[in-house]
Amino acid sequence: MSQVQRREECVWEIPARGGMRVPVIIYADETLVRAMDDKVSEQAMNVAMLPGIVGASYVMPDAHWGYGFPIGGVAAFDPEHGVVSAGGVGFDISCGVRALHTGLRREEVALRAQELADALYRAVPAGVGSTGPVHLGMDEMNAMLTGGARWAVAHGYGGLEDLDRIEERGCVAGADHTVVSERAKKRQQDEMGTLGSGNHYLEVQYVERIFDQDAARAYGLAVDDVLVSIHCGSRGLGHQIGTEFLREMAIAAPSLGIKLPDRELACAPLRSPLGRTYLAAMRAGINCALANRQMVTHRAREAFAEVFPDVDLPLLYDVSHNTCKLETHEVEGVRRELYIHRKGATRAFGPGHPELPPEFKAVGQPVLIGGSMGTSSWVLAGSADSERRAFSSACHGAGRSMSRHAATRRWRGRDVVRELAERDIIVRSPGLRGVAEEAPGAYKDVTGVVEAAEKAGLARAGALLRPMVCIKG
Amino acid sequence: MNSDASGAGTRWEHFPHDADVGMHGIGSTPAQAFEQAALALTAVVTDPVTVAELESAAFDCAAPDLELLLVDWLNAVIYEMAIRQLLFARYQVTIDGDHLRGRAWGETVDVERHRPVVEPKGATYTALKVGQEADGLWHARCVVDV
Repeated sequence: MSQVQRREECVWEIPARGGMRVPVIIYADETLVRAMDDKVSEQAMNVAMLPGIVGASYVMPDAHWGYGFPIGGVAAFDPEHGVVSAGGVGFDISCGVRALHTGLRREEVALRAQELADALYRAVPAGVGSTGPVHLGMDEMNAMLTGGARWAVAHGYGGLEDLDRIEERGCVAGADHTVVSERAKKRQQDEMGTLGSGNHYLEVQYVERIFDQDAARAYGLAVDDVLVSIHCGSRGLGHQIGTEFLREMAIAAPSLGIKLPDRELACAPLRSPLGRTYLAAMRAGINCALANRQMVTHRAREAFAEVFPDVDLPLLYDVSHNTCKLETHEVEGVRRELYIHRKGATRAFGPGHPELPPEFKAVGQPVLIGGSMGTSSWVLAGSADSERRAFSSACHGAGRSMSRHAATRRWRGRDVVRELAERDIIVRSPGLRGVAEEAPGAYKDVTGVVEAAEKAGLARAGALLRPMVCIKG
Repeated sequence: MNSDASGAGTRWEHFPHDADVGMHGIGSTPAQAFEQAALALTAVVTDPVTVAELESAAFDCAAPDLELLLVDWLNAVIYEMAIRQLLFARYQVTIDGDHLRGRAWGETVDVERHRPVVEPKGATYTALKVGQEADGLWHARCVVDV
């Protein structure tokens, strides 16, 4: 990170040079910048070389080494001259987090936490080899890819009111199931309503502290309120779309006149047939993720009802992390339509944004930040500044500070589970090595990430959440 | 994690990546290195020695160069693992120019016995390299997103 120049306390720049068309802007404090792998700046500089990039190649405070784009990378592209990158979206298309209110208080849930953990673990399929509650035939698959969470609600998974609290009201336009391969669909047929594995989870959490009273009031949060957070994505379908288009873009790049600084940056012009086809398939992937989280939500609600029969679990909000979306932003005083890649980054619309539900208009969008297993999570609020900072984007989580390999050398899953139990955090997981790989110590301090995001003007700290139950995929 | 299979340095290793895992297969031919890289893939999920050889799958891939062929091969294995919920204990690969034919033997995931850790999502072009190195052996590397 030697070429980085400090611009503000939490804003750093790598000026454009060589083939870079724009600078790299990193939002982080000094500790986070120093801890970032050199690969992060290398990847962000490569992104800055892509045709049609607008503003800068942005790096969020939780950034780490990804593939092509850094994870925690944001880049905007001009619709006429820009590109879309399968690596800039990632394999787990629209992986994201949603949070549900329970209307319950910490003390009530603590008394029945074991029972609740068992019910949730039974209800929500998690981990490798788990299958969902339904097998989707191809007609239903196509309807799901077109309808997203709306399709799920129409099939009895949740209610219409859920849709108001999901980006794009639960269904992104422009999805085309005919450009999603049969292989991708086949990979998804038994995976609807499943969490997946790795860093995916379902947590029961309580609000430990409120930082922004206005935002907390608008979001319906008070100290000791209990929430459910769900982190999962588009499962096998998204992975297969990513796999197939990454390959096609890598092979086609030279014939499309794109000189890639690295093959892993595989992309296609937005106006090319390949670029348009990818966008349509990727949007179907977004809808799949939204439908999947809606189905997992339904299962979580059923599990809660076994233990607490009279509670509803209304949706607070649902955010997506790995996307490319057409949005309108102001660039040097001019409103422009841009394709915004967010790879491991959250959209963070500030107060007054027209796409926000009326009840959030005054305070900005809820930005849900997942921490590592057993540490804190956060609810942030989109800030007025985030538009000019990084096209209304913020961090998405803690970000790993240690490889999975290093984590398993350092911790044993059994010890991690015991230590968390001593802190009244119940973990349910199909495998202990997976728990070790996701040990809290293998991640950056999420609070440091949030503080840096706030100081940089990406989002405001709203509420701090602590886990009570973690169902780990 | 690593292994030392029988025969002249033929083995697999994992190399670190911030969020994901690097596969590294080593052998006296590209085909052996590819077989070992696939074993490294199994080892991301579970210990390969716990997997019995009860079922098999056949693979056929073609790509413009050996590096893309490695990604295609690993993605073909990932796909078969996902669709049939299989884990593989052994792989056999032959490479003829830009064409790979492979076979793998394994069994259905048993959560209690295999304790699967993570599900591979896809092989990436990150840290992708296939070649003969100073030790005279073929090395096949790439990062797999998990």
